[in-house]
Amino acid sequence: MLAGCEKLSKSEWFPKVLEGAESVTRSAQRLLLPRKAMAQEFAESDRSPSFRSNGTAMPRNAQYLAMAAGGFENYRLDVGGLVGKPVSLSLADLRALPSRTQITRHDCVEGWSAIAKWKGAKLSAVLDAVQPKASARFVMFYCADPMEADGTSLYYESIDMEDAYHPQTILAYDLNDTRLPIPNGAPIRLRVERQLGYKHAKYITRIELVESFANIAGGKGGYWEDNGYEWYAGI
Amino acid sequence: MQQETAAAKPERAGYLYYRHRLPVRIMHWINVIALTILLMSGLNIFGAHPSLYWGKSSYAGRPAIFQIDADSTADNRIVGKTRIFGHEFDTTGWLGATRGSDGALVASSFPSWMTIPDERWLAMARRWHLFFAWIFVINGVCYLAYSIASRHLARDLAPDGNDVRSIGRSFLDHLRFRHPKGEASKRYNVLQKIAYLVVIFVLLPLIFLMGVAMSPGVDALIPGWVDVFGGRQSARTIHFIVAWLLVAFVLIHVFEVIITGLWNNLRSMITGNYRAARACR
Repeated sequence: MLAGCEKLSKSEWFPKVLEGAESVTRSAQRLLLPRKAMAQEFAESDRSPSFRSNGTAMPRNAQYLAMAAGGFENYRLDVGGLVGKPVSLSLADLRALPSRTQITRHDCVEGWSAIAKWKGAKLSAVLDAVQPKASARFVMFYCADPMEADGTSLYYESIDMEDAYHPQTILAYDLNDTRLPIPNGAPIRLRVERQLGYKHAKYITRIELVESFANIAGGKGGYWEDNGYEWYAGI
Repeated sequence: MQQETAAAKPERAGYLYYRHRLPVRIMHWINVIALTILLMSGLNIFGAHPSLYWGKSSYAGRPAIFQIDADSTADNRIVGKTRIFGHEFDTTGWLGATRGSDGALVASSFPSWMTIPDERWLAMARRWHLFFAWIFVINGVCYLAYSIASRHLARDLAPDGNDVRSIGRSFLDHLRFRHPKGEASKRYNVLQKIAYLVVIFVLLPLIFLMGVAMSPGVDALIPGWVDVFGGRQSARTIHFIVAWLLVAFVLIHVFEVIITGLWNNLRSMITGNYRAARACR
């Protein structure tokens, strides 16, 4: 039976059957949870002494490293795709947007959790500024950190419009009252509090609104998704 | 051979009794498959971060309460280390440093024969786990609805006055491996009823609840509900403990099945028919 399970895991068709559970989970959670249901927020005293860095701690990307050396003075966040008015935002522009501060729990897919205070621009404010077209269904986040040693396969992620407009979804620039450190995604990382850690893309350099991500990279909507993880990471 | 047949004859003198109805039999075996896969894929998932904590987060300035670790010695051997409340044990071969599918020691919390997939593969283990979690939940809800509607729960599982009065005797009988024969064997005994009720109404709902407590989505349903159980990391710890309590139940259950007549019991859960011995034999 176990050898059977092993064969099934490595087969072409069976993982697709198992993947069926993901849409059931997503539908069930979307049905049960109000659209604006808020993730739990914590007290200052609940914060972890230091916030763990996982995955990339220092992007091996010459362009990024040059920008980091200059204190991210030259950083620009390009927001485009299916929008009426594409924009290019500096860190000062982002800090001038309506912000939100929240103490939340970061739940890694591996099983651990850490609690920290985040401050960032509301993604909804960024979206209001660019005027999304009606055809836009997903927000793509393209990052500066390569996942392969040779500098290729840049991290990316995506969320749907429902999560994009959620009040706790922010482009975080501060962690625990100081500038977001490089190991945690400087200068900008996503917080999408009702999903697992890998959705919270770090080192974001570009945002694109799209109708479908089927033709982007591996086609599953994110780096880890292309490697077999769920696109809907609410569980 | 001749003698054996003769000796077995009185046993066969009983009569077949329809003990388990079809829906219960089907749901029992679905549950066996689902829980087995949930356990084995769960052990693989655990391997991605083999530490358990008490509290809301893993990093609260306190060490893990339980941890399975791998270390390497100066001569490059892998050793398995398990820490419980600060006490460290060498568990090489069992936990931490375990046999992979090729028989060699690898740094993995549980041996490959205990996990699905064999080797550490978090994405695939989660696919198995979350798919069979749905099967388990749907099956469980169907079982509860059927047990209440068909009065299986009221008639067969709820202890009556006689049961309550006989707890002490039933306890001694179990210790001596003495089990009712004849008419009495057609009913569940009181300890059996209590064990089943605890599994059905405490352990299984609890493991489900502690599973969804780890979901950041479900946590947003009523923010803070997880704190009733000590926080998300406590929930993860409880989920793990309950899994092993269920394993303990299954071990005792299978033991009792074997000593009270393996084939008779198995047949009753497959065809429904149980052979009860004639009374006053």
